[in-house]
Amino acid sequence: MEVVVNGKPEQTEDGSTIASILEKRNIRKEMVAVEVNGEVVKRDDYDSLVLKDGDKVEFLFYMSGGAEKR
Amino acid sequence: MLDFTEDQIKRYSRHIILSEVGGRGQKKINDAKVFMVGAGGIGAPVGYYLVAAGVGKLGIVDSDTVELSNLQRQIAHSTDSVGAYKTESAKKTFEGLNPDVEVVTYNERLSSENIMDLIKDYDIVVDGSDNFPTRYLVNDACVLSNKPLSSGAVFRFDGQATTIIPHEGHCYRCLFESPPPPGMVPSCQEAGVLGVLPGLIGLIQATEVLKLIIGKGDLLENYLLIYNALEMSFRKVKVPRNPNCPVCGEKPTITELIDYDEFCQMRF
Ligand SMILES: [Zn+2]
Repeated sequence: MEVVVNGKPEQTEDGSTIASILEKRNIRKEMVAVEVNGEVVKRDDYDSLVLKDGDKVEFLFYMSGGAEKR
Repeated sequence: MLDFTEDQIKRYSRHIILSEVGGRGQKKINDAKVFMVGAGGIGAPVGYYLVAAGVGKLGIVDSDTVELSNLQRQIAHSTDSVGAYKTESAKKTFEGLNPDVEVVTYNERLSSENIMDLIKDYDIVVDGSDNFPTRYLVNDACVLSNKPLSSGAVFRFDGQATTIIPHEGHCYRCLFESPPPPGMVPSCQEAGVLGVLPGLIGLIQATEVLKLIIGKGDLLENYLLIYNALEMSFRKVKVPRNPNCPVCGEKPTITELIDYDEFCQMRF
């Protein structure tokens, strides 16, 4: 099936979850907020939420603005 | 008629001839009071352009001094001001640009103790801070005191900006409910940013502030704008207001300000 991740279509296996896509991309779940079809998904649901063909997934990265030495 | 001086009519003529701004909108800009968190990569261009636009009062809080490594992007400072307080250095630059503007400086670190008092006389807050404790503190303070907030951040080649109108649209915690664990987010491990990037994000924030002041256009309310310099891509991602948000939701659990510990003690 195809899901749209951060605006780009991507082939993924049936049964993929938020957690499995994060893992495939090597993104730790603590580093992002996740939206599916415009709704924020709770971190506790990353394992159980099974994606459907055509779902739009957004991984929104925490950004502190840190160019400075802290 | 609006009481502009001859010089002001000339100085702001390119605003005044825009029908969306006009004399009335320019007057609103001249009367606006904006509080800026940080006089660094983002604060420098935000302040610079808001001063050029003629905001009435610009408050700047920052406890840092100017370092040579800041000058690659923090354009309000100059080689001569290395070692000076960033607030003082920026004030000097801004006053040279536009004597109409009252620039007020606060050489202190923001905390739960002082933030409410510092922002209370201002209409709009701009966050250009460089750390999570401040980012959450500013968000919560703006929600609790009902002040519009323009928030922006940069990292390497990426930037984010959003506009928060408390209790009307989303807030920072509606999306990023709580700070990431210490050391988890890469800004702690590696510092680096393309110098123009905070300029670009800062000017998006300054644009939002001017639109807020004149009451025109569509804000980044309920949106997170994501920019990537390498791809030269802008994406506006919808961020819904979260009814379970710990600070702006229906049953808030955060009712007073929190001083989070510094997330990362690594020095470079
Ligand atoms: Zn919220």
